[in-house]
Order: sequence, then C-alpha cells, then structure tokens
Amino acid sequence: MNFETTIGLEVHVELKTKSKMYSPSPVAYGAESNINTNVIDFGFPGTLPTVNKNGYRLGVMVALALNAEIEHHTHFDRKNYFYPDNPKAYQITQQDKPLGHDGYIEIEVDGKKKKIGVEELHVEEDAGKNTHGNNGYSYVDLNRQGTPLIEIVSKPDMHSPEEAYQYLENLRKIVQFTGASDVKMEEGSMRVDTNISIRPVGSKDYGTKVELKNLNSFNHVKLGLAYEEQRQAAILKQGGHIDQETRRFDEKTGETFLMRVKSGADDYRYFPEPDLPDFEISPEWISEIKANLPETAAKRRERYINELGIPEYDAGVLTDTKEMSDFFDEAVSYKANPKLVSNWLMGEVNGYLNDKKIGLLDTKLTPEHLAKMINLISNGTISSKIAKKVFQETISNGTEPEEWVKSKGLVQESDPAVLKPMILEILDNNQQSIDDFKNGKDRAVGFLIGQIMKQTHGQANPKVANKLLMEELKSR
Amino acid sequence: MDIKKETIASLHDKLVNKDVTAEELANDAINKINANEKKLNTFITVNDKAPEAAKKIDEDGIKGPLSGIPIAFKDNIVTNGIKTTAASKILYNFMPVYSATVLERLEAAGAVDIGKTNLDEFAMGSSTETSYFDTTVNPWDLSRVPGGSSGGSAAAVAAGEVVAALGTDTGGSIRQPAAFNGIFGIKPTYGRVSRWGVIAFASSLDQVGVLSKRVEDSATVLSAMAGHDEHDSTSSEKPVPDYRANLSKDMSGVRIAVPKEFWHEGTHPEVLENVNKALDAYKKMGATVDEVSLPSLKHAVEVYYVLASSEASSNLQRYDGVRYGFRAKDVKNIKDLFVKSRSEGFGDEVKRRIMLGTFALSAGAYDAYFKKAAEVRTLFINEMNDVLKDHDLIMGPSTTTPAFKIGEKVDDPLAMYMNDILTIPANLAGLPAASVPAGLADGLPVGLQIIGRPFDEQSVFNAAYALQEENKFYEKIPTALKGED
Repeated sequence: MNFETTIGLEVHVELKTKSKMYSPSPVAYGAESNINTNVIDFGFPGTLPTVNKNGYRLGVMVALALNAEIEHHTHFDRKNYFYPDNPKAYQITQQDKPLGHDGYIEIEVDGKKKKIGVEELHVEEDAGKNTHGNNGYSYVDLNRQGTPLIEIVSKPDMHSPEEAYQYLENLRKIVQFTGASDVKMEEGSMRVDTNISIRPVGSKDYGTKVELKNLNSFNHVKLGLAYEEQRQAAILKQGGHIDQETRRFDEKTGETFLMRVKSGADDYRYFPEPDLPDFEISPEWISEIKANLPETAAKRRERYINELGIPEYDAGVLTDTKEMSDFFDEAVSYKANPKLVSNWLMGEVNGYLNDKKIGLLDTKLTPEHLAKMINLISNGTISSKIAKKVFQETISNGTEPEEWVKSKGLVQESDPAVLKPMILEILDNNQQSIDDFKNGKDRAVGFLIGQIMKQTHGQANPKVANKLLMEELKSR
Repeated sequence: MDIKKETIASLHDKLVNKDVTAEELANDAINKINANEKKLNTFITVNDKAPEAAKKIDEDGIKGPLSGIPIAFKDNIVTNGIKTTAASKILYNFMPVYSATVLERLEAAGAVDIGKTNLDEFAMGSSTETSYFDTTVNPWDLSRVPGGSSGGSAAAVAAGEVVAALGTDTGGSIRQPAAFNGIFGIKPTYGRVSRWGVIAFASSLDQVGVLSKRVEDSATVLSAMAGHDEHDSTSSEKPVPDYRANLSKDMSGVRIAVPKEFWHEGTHPEVLENVNKALDAYKKMGATVDEVSLPSLKHAVEVYYVLASSEASSNLQRYDGVRYGFRAKDVKNIKDLFVKSRSEGFGDEVKRRIMLGTFALSAGAYDAYFKKAAEVRTLFINEMNDVLKDHDLIMGPSTTTPAFKIGEKVDDPLAMYMNDILTIPANLAGLPAASVPAGLADGLPVGLQIIGRPFDEQSVFNAAYALQEENKFYEKIPTALKGED
C-alpha cells in the first residue's frame, strides 16, 4: 500500500513593535521579570485594551508580502481559557474576520515550482511565561504578555517534509525582508505547529490528523514530519488506526512521543471583543502600506546579479538573511567594490561567524569599517596579507581600519623613490643572484623580493617592487 | 447642614462665601454616613482621607462648581489607594494601583471622593441584596430594597448623605434605584463616559452615570466627567456640552413617543397613574405625545440576559486568585486554585450568570443563543432608532412597581430579571436614559423614564428638569428619615 502525506502548518511570528499589541508597555527581551508590564498586562479590574496601530500595520505588511487579500472591515475576538500566564483569562485575537486570507508562498522542490496556499493570517497577543521552581512554587513573568503576534495558517497543501521545510524557509525569508519581524526560531520570534496525516493514494478522505509540537528548528520540523510519515504508515500497514493526538519531537532520538490524546475540540467560547470597536482598514491605508513594502529577497537577489555583477550563487547567499543583505547594501553604499564586499562577507566574515558560532550582528564589525578596509586594499594602501590582520582587529575590537593601519605603520610602501635605492643596494650586495638570473634561474627573483620584503617589514607593494626589480635586473 | 435641601450650586455659594468649608462638608458627610450606617448600609468603604483632601481644596481656594463638593462613588469604580470590591468576596481586599478616568476627572474639578457605595455583587442584581457586604435599605421604607445595582449610591443621595453619587448602569442599575429612592438618575449614551477603571460587568452595555436629588446636579457632574478618553476605545470623541448651562424647561414642540409595550401587564396602577399625570403635564407644556410600538421589546429581557451574561462570563474570568483578591487556601494544584478561589469567592447570582453566559457562548449553543441574541439586539436598535426619527424622546415608567420588600424576589431570579424589562431597552440600544421622580405609589416613589437620541443627553435633562420644576418632588423627605434632622 502506498500513502500520500498531507501537511498543514500554523506559524506564529512576533511582530517587531516598540509597545504591546493592546497596551502601551514596552516590548523588550531579557528584562527583569514583570518589569515591562502595566495594569492592563496584569489584567487588573477596570482596565481596557487599545489597539497598537503599528502592530496591525506590520500584520498587514506580512499579509501583503504573502500575497493575501486584506479584510477591510474587521473586529477582534476573545479566545477564553484559564492559565496563570494569561491574566485576563482570554486572548484578544481575530477568529471571525482575520486581517488577511487566501495568500500563497511559492516553493521549489526538485526543480519543480509549486504554490502553497495561506488560508488566513491574524494578529493576536502572546501569553506570559511560567517557570517552575525547585521550591514547589511556580513563577509567572508577564513581560511577554501582550507581545504582538501574527499567526499564519497554511492550507493543507504540502505533501512531504521537504515541502514543509521549503515553505518555512521561504516564509521566514519573505517575512524577514519586510522588516516586520526578526523571525528567529532560536529566539522564539517564530514558532511552528504542524499537522500531518497520511492516506492511501487515491483515497478521497484525509487521514486522521496528528499534531506535532516542540519543533525548535526547521530541520527538526523536517525530521519530525519524516518520522511521523513512517510511523503512521507502519501502523496503517499493520491494519491499525491513527489516533487524533498531540505528539512531541525528541531531538536526541529523532522520534516523536505522545503528549496527549485529543478528546474533541477545545471550546474557547470565541465571541467579538466588546472593549474594542470594529476596525476599518481603508483601501488608501492598504495601498500606502503596499507602496512602502521593503524590497523582497528575490528582488534584492536580482539587483545584485544584474546591477552589481555578483554571481548568482553568491547573490543567493547574500540574500539568505535580511541581516546579511542589509550589511552588504550598507557596505556597498560606502563606495566599496560590491564584488570584494561579497567575497569578504562570504569568505572571511562567514568563516569568523562559523568559527565563533555567533551572528553577524553579534560582532563589532560595521558595514562602514568593512567598506573602508576594502577600499584600503583597492587603492593599494594595504596589501591583502595586511588586510587579514586589519580584519581580525576590526571585527574583534571594532577598530577603525584607516587610523589603525596608519598608527601601526602598516601602510604599504608603493613609492619608487623609497623602494629604488633599497633595490639598488640589495642588488649591489647580491652579485650571485644577478648572475643566476642572467643564467635563467628565476628562483633568484623570489630570493631578491624576499630581501626587499625583509627590509621593508613586509610593507613593500609587491607589484611595484617587482616591476622596479625587473627593470634594474634587465639593465645590469 | 441638611444636604437633602442643598444643591451643588447652593453648596458652591456657601463655600465661596465661606459659610462652610470643604473640610466641614466632608466631615459632615462622613458623620452622617456613619450615623446612618447601621440602618441603611449605603457605603462599603468611607474615605477617611476625604477631609484631608477637602482641606487642601480650602487652602487652594474654591474654584469651579464641583470644587469642594463631596461625591460618592459606586464601589465598582476603581480608586487608587482606596479598597475597591465590586461588593464581592473575591475582591474583598483589593487595593487598586490606579484610578478610573471618571474619578480623576471629577477630582481634577475639585470634587471630594467621600467613599465607595454598596451595590449588587459585580453590579449583578436589582436590589443590592447580592452584595457580599449586606444589603442596603431603602430610606423610604426600611423593610424595602433600594433597588440596584447602584442601590448604595441612590440611598445615600436620598438620605442626604451626599448631593450626588456615581453609579453604573448595564440594564437599569442607575434608573431603577433612582426611581425606588425618589431621586434623579441618568445613564448617558454608550460611549459618552469612559469605562476605564470601571469594573466590567457587560462591556457592550456598561455605562457610568450620575444620581442626584436634582436634575441640575447630575447635569453639572456629567459635563465634568464625560468625553473621549484614550484609555477607552469605545469612548466617543464628540464634544461635551455644558448640560447645566443649557438646561431649559421649555417643552413646546417636543415630540414624545410612548411605546405601548411599556404599559406592561402587572404594572402597579399608581405607577401608571403617575406616569400619565406626567405625560399630561408635558402636553400642557406644549409637547405632543404619540403612542408607538416596539414589537421586539417582548424579547428584550431574554436578549439582555444572554448577551450581558456572556460578556460577564468572560470579563469575570480574570478573578482566578493568582494576582490579586481572594485566594482559596489548601489547594492541590493550579486548577484546584482556580476552582476553589472562584467557588468560594463568587456569590450565587454571579455564579448563575457566569454559568448562563458560559453556556450561551459554548460551541453547541453559540448560534442559538449568543448569535441570535446579538441579531435581535440589532433589530431592536433599529426599532428604537426608527421611533426616534420623528420623536425627540421616548417615555414610560422606569419600573413596573415601586420598591419591593427585602427578600421578596431574591430567591426568584426570573421575577428579579423581569424587573429590568423597562430599563433594558436603552442599554441594548446604547441610548441616554434617565429616571425622574413622578409621584408616589403606596407612599413609595415612582419614576418616569425618559430616553433620548444618541448623545442628546441635553433633551433628556431638559424634560426631566421641566417635570422636576412642575412636581417639586425633591421637597419630599423619605418617610423613614422624617423627624431626624
């Protein structure tokens, strides 16, 4: 028996706002517990929500970037449930009329392009965080409570773990390049819930859906789904049946484990949020947001190839993350040669990041410093060899390259008036090498250049030195 | 000083002329409240810092009309640093860290918060009998309820403890107790007054209003506290008129509609008589009175109890014992904490409505209950607005009977709910509505209800003022207090 897989994904993405979705408290990471809160976040009696228009705007940006239709007349709904990290005991969300619907994401698997439908997108608020101490107490931190989220619900259009992986990669990239979110799974600004079912090929009805949780990277999503495909197929082949359940992925074993069996749907008693008036989105506002959508990754890639002459593969690497692409664009804006900037980013910079296992923005390297350093190479001020020293200094300590090169005396010596007398003296002292050269032993040139470098502490411009040396050798 | 004979304006004159100080007024009010307390139980918390605040106002000088005037606040209006309970055990010890917009605005105008009045628990009730802090008693008859849920505010005004008090009105909670206590009470248009800091019962129906012996005093207070508030997205940006300055008893050409459905079966004959007398008076003043029909009114109580309870079931979920208020002891886990805190913290009426609302919103019942009720509400709003297209005001009785006996209906929720049938329509349609004294039935006060167009509080005030000046009901002293002062 052959099976067909059906996968649907629900992705939560944190929107990058200064304040919370329904309260003016700041959104920030790493603060002391319950510092970024006010009476609204604590659900004190008598408090009321207000809508963060910028949060909604970012939501619309994401929806437009995912090719969705925007709902013009919408309202908010309450999703009711009790939990200590949910102080109002309801979440303000959009159940009835989500802000966007019927979008799609294009993916490419095995050279075939395919559109994966986006059922709907809606804004909502994040919950706080519970931690459980060893002393028998549990602690609630409401700093995250109210952080704006957009939930992106796919259609069940994916048929393999690889398609799901591609969908997530492209979703991440598209959302990231709008600037609406950092979309980092490791920081929790992107969270993925998956639904997977399998059915015999040709069957009209979908199989029983299993929900998969605790997926901390796209790779885990792929591995978890692949495991589920096999597990479910094995059960069906033995004549068993699939239970509607929630399973968790164990990253150590690569297997999935039962979390809980679903007994019917949860009843969240959704109803329209009476504390917020209906929300009108004018066509003008949508057009304005659309007109100001930042350049997508795909567009940037094209621009790099066509306007800056960057090779296709390199342009792809540069536009993998918004961080890298922004860095590249800024460095180029300082008039550095684009190809050199690209080479440095993909070579030395990426090497450094991989070595230290950190992100681009975690280093002290700025686009301006990188550009200056590259310009020092281009105009012959420093050699490529010296540049590596300068790079280490700049990326580690944030040192300004031009001044550092000067203060350390690393400027390359290209002046014939300085180099020529030195070369003459070296030749005068090395008659043997001149003879060797005349006898066709090229090795002698290497030796003589070595002597020049020794005398200039490696700062002689090799091109200039070589040219002067050859002229003098030929004339003797 | 006999506050029953005073108005905000007369007190203001005395303050300006230094016949009395704000501090004296505050102390006087507190003494009167304390003297009445055992008999009437109008307050849950008296603000003992009020004389101090009043003294400061004396020192700074009496300014606007509310400067130095003691005002009482229903105890579901949160007051920074003063215990706010909503008359519930679940908030018996709750100390707010911020104040409601209405309080801040009135204090900015110089009013002195004299304390927090009793109410039905979370404003759910029509008699003040569901309060965790015992029932308030009607100053006209100590065996009777003051109405509710703003029963404490209404009785405090009727008993002359304060000239004006704030109430909230979700289905009649200002107008019904105003009628039962022989005073004026107004629920403004939904959105006229900020709900920030008002403990929610049913968010789409709740509105803060004023109770006072005289119409002009409510007009003064409402102008001072109404208007847009950035904290409440449902508050209107329409400018707020000076209702007091614009007050007029000219009723000529005013078109009054009287829905025949307001003449409810079982209405007390003397209630009808008094209302008819008032309508006749308006005719004599040059108004026209037409009978109209509001066919959907027969569903108003059902629609109201489904919608209000649904919203309440969600609004009251936050009282879980985790962050503030009452927390049950000896709990095994978090679910146990939720269940026990709520089971022990809420009273029966509140539990009844939470269960009703939870059911109405549940997956199997939503379409038949919540959704249908919301649809009928829309129908009803349209009917009311149709009537108001060619009428300026809708009038009828505020209640079907005068104040009932304590204990008479408390075990009969349906009878208690039906009590709201005449006041619910204005909440469902979000319209401004008031009750003004119209006479006595069995020696107990009866109210005329006046409903206006959205944001036309002025016409409501004017009509009430015209009747007040006609019948001078404010001269009557509550029976149970006679011979006291």
